[in-house]
Amino acid sequence: MSETGEKLIIDGKRLDGREPEQLRPIQMEVKIINRANGSSLVNFGGTHAIASVHGPRALFPRWMQESDTGILRCRYNMAPFSVEDRKSPGPDRRSVEISKVARLAIEPAIFLEDFPKATIDVFIEVLQADGSTRVTGINAASLALADAGVPMRDLVTACSVGKIDGVLVADLNGKEDNNSEVDMALAMLSTKKKITLLQMDGSVNKEELMILLNLAEKSCEKIYEIQKKVLKEKYKRI
Amino acid sequence: MEIKEIVLPGELIAEKKGRKAGRGTYFEGEKVFAGVLGIPRVDENEISVMPLSGVYTPSIEDKVVGIIQGVEISGWTVGINSPYLAFLPLSEGVSEFVDTQRTDISRFFDINDIISCKISKVTKNKTIQVSMRSIGSRKLYGGITIKVTPTKIPRIIGKGGSMISLIKEKTGCEIIAGQNGIVWMRGERKDKAIEAIMTIERESHTIGLTEKIEKLLGEVV
Amino acid sequence: MERYALELIEKGKRIDGRKLEEFRPIRIKRDISQKAEGSASVKIGETEVIAGVKLKIGEPYSDAKDQGILIVNAEFTPLASPDFESGPPGEDAVELARVVDRGLRESKCIDLEKLCIVPGEKVWTTFVDIHIINHQGNLIDAAALASLAALLSAKVPKLDGEDILRGDYDRPLPVVFKPINITVGKVGEKFLVDPIFEEEGILNSKLSVSVRDDDNICALQKQGNGELTIEDIGKMVDIAIEKSKEIRKLVE
Repeated sequence: MSETGEKLIIDGKRLDGREPEQLRPIQMEVKIINRANGSSLVNFGGTHAIASVHGPRALFPRWMQESDTGILRCRYNMAPFSVEDRKSPGPDRRSVEISKVARLAIEPAIFLEDFPKATIDVFIEVLQADGSTRVTGINAASLALADAGVPMRDLVTACSVGKIDGVLVADLNGKEDNNSEVDMALAMLSTKKKITLLQMDGSVNKEELMILLNLAEKSCEKIYEIQKKVLKEKYKRI
Repeated sequence: MEIKEIVLPGELIAEKKGRKAGRGTYFEGEKVFAGVLGIPRVDENEISVMPLSGVYTPSIEDKVVGIIQGVEISGWTVGINSPYLAFLPLSEGVSEFVDTQRTDISRFFDINDIISCKISKVTKNKTIQVSMRSIGSRKLYGGITIKVTPTKIPRIIGKGGSMISLIKEKTGCEIIAGQNGIVWMRGERKDKAIEAIMTIERESHTIGLTEKIEKLLGEVV
Repeated sequence: MERYALELIEKGKRIDGRKLEEFRPIRIKRDISQKAEGSASVKIGETEVIAGVKLKIGEPYSDAKDQGILIVNAEFTPLASPDFESGPPGEDAVELARVVDRGLRESKCIDLEKLCIVPGEKVWTTFVDIHIINHQGNLIDAAALASLAALLSAKVPKLDGEDILRGDYDRPLPVVFKPINITVGKVGEKFLVDPIFEEEGILNSKLSVSVRDDDNICALQKQGNGELTIEDIGKMVDIAIEKSKEIRKLVE
């Protein structure tokens, strides 16, 4: 039930017509910013994010360098016009936290030890927000890193799942996100299926938690198919 | 236009079967996976992936085109289009005896000079040293440099140098393609050479490219 | 030190002799700051965190007109560790505050409706400010416990028209649930709780689990740059649920 008492599930379908486990229409594109080493655009319904990668490149100041490994820096930012009530530019606490968890979601996939003393900088910009912005950003970052030719063990795929009106759903939009009983963001190494980001809030018992985790894994598999397709197709056409 | 199949990081390429897991791959037990987005190469000795993009990571013996970035006391720092700055020691750049107390070594190489040289040392920590002692190493006067994706250089050079010879012949330019993605050229029809090289960079993974370049250059006056 | 810690853990032991699933001694003191409406100091081993609760009057959020407000803040003051710097909160401080906040908020620990004074106009805003005093590992669990203890000791001041009569109290802060945060770490194939500072460096994955009195999970936060399987998460949540019961007894 939403804050206003509005139902979010009617006759088994969500307000936007989707089935509970159905994802929104997804668009993905790579190599959209030619000044970056790698870049991508990912849309999940009304949530649009772009990501760009600069690097590996020299890291200054020197004291930040790690002599035996490269570092990954990640900045997640929401554009002021991305939300209904204009958001002041610049990092707020939420963006600071998301920048951290996004970095830790992607780091395990990268062979940072191949680039001692260097840095790989990832920038995620949310241009339009309609729920599940951090996982959309992480999907974009993963594509941008592959596009940049960064040595990686695997791609990273992310999705959101949750519970609305007692029903377990995948890919929450803004309204569902704000009115959910449980909302969970998960990212994993796409083929190895190892979880690198997990955040959940709400109230759920352990059994339901495990069902949600499995739903998240299944949803990530669907999203990975699209990431794969986009990367392979980019180099097919002239 | 046909292309060879692309692999993504994490995709299984083949079983090791006694072969080497070469560049662009990693292995877990007997399985060899792609470690970068690129084109897989599998033969009886090695499994590797040629990246479609990426920055230049220096390897010993690579011939590169560098730009002098700093003049130190006993050598020069050289930009090689990589996250790592290289060092050219005095002894590797100049064959005559130099009294460093009295000589300002910028008379040999000064900031912004372009040189062709060879990577002579790469330590585990990516400290890079270059040398001009090898054949073909010299200061490059005049001309211009362009930057291309380092992984496309082999295609620009071609089998046994066939592609780059074609471009040099048809445009009358002197061209040196460094493995670090910097290409130096000097001559009248640089514009045609650049066009050819940019075309190769864009379409390096396609088959039928050679014919296309021949056609492009065939019209040069 | 880290390699030694790792070797021990693989054998099921820890540098300080504890078992993998054993917490260090916990000491909770309430009402340690007289000017605050509620306060507590928690020590887990040598890690010490103080939390203070202050109440102010404010306007409610437009989408929750009849509810009070909860705001959680954390300071990693430099006195607590040579790794902390002065200045605005860094990403770790921000994360800690937000993780503790979510544990309190999602569990509906405070009955926010009972903090409404005039619907749509005036509500009590509850500020929970966390100060790290000594960082010897496991900051989130200590901070969450200090926050909960401070809230349990907090009282709502009397109102005289527009004025707040500080020091003169009406009723206790309406706390209905006691969420407990347990951070479980994974090292190799082993799981442990309550890492000390020296162990934090070798944990590549941690899962912070906030458990409510009814064993519901109200918040989860994976930390670290390691990887977990769904199975790992199941085991870690089980451990957290079990330990939360033990820790909750200390605030009852």
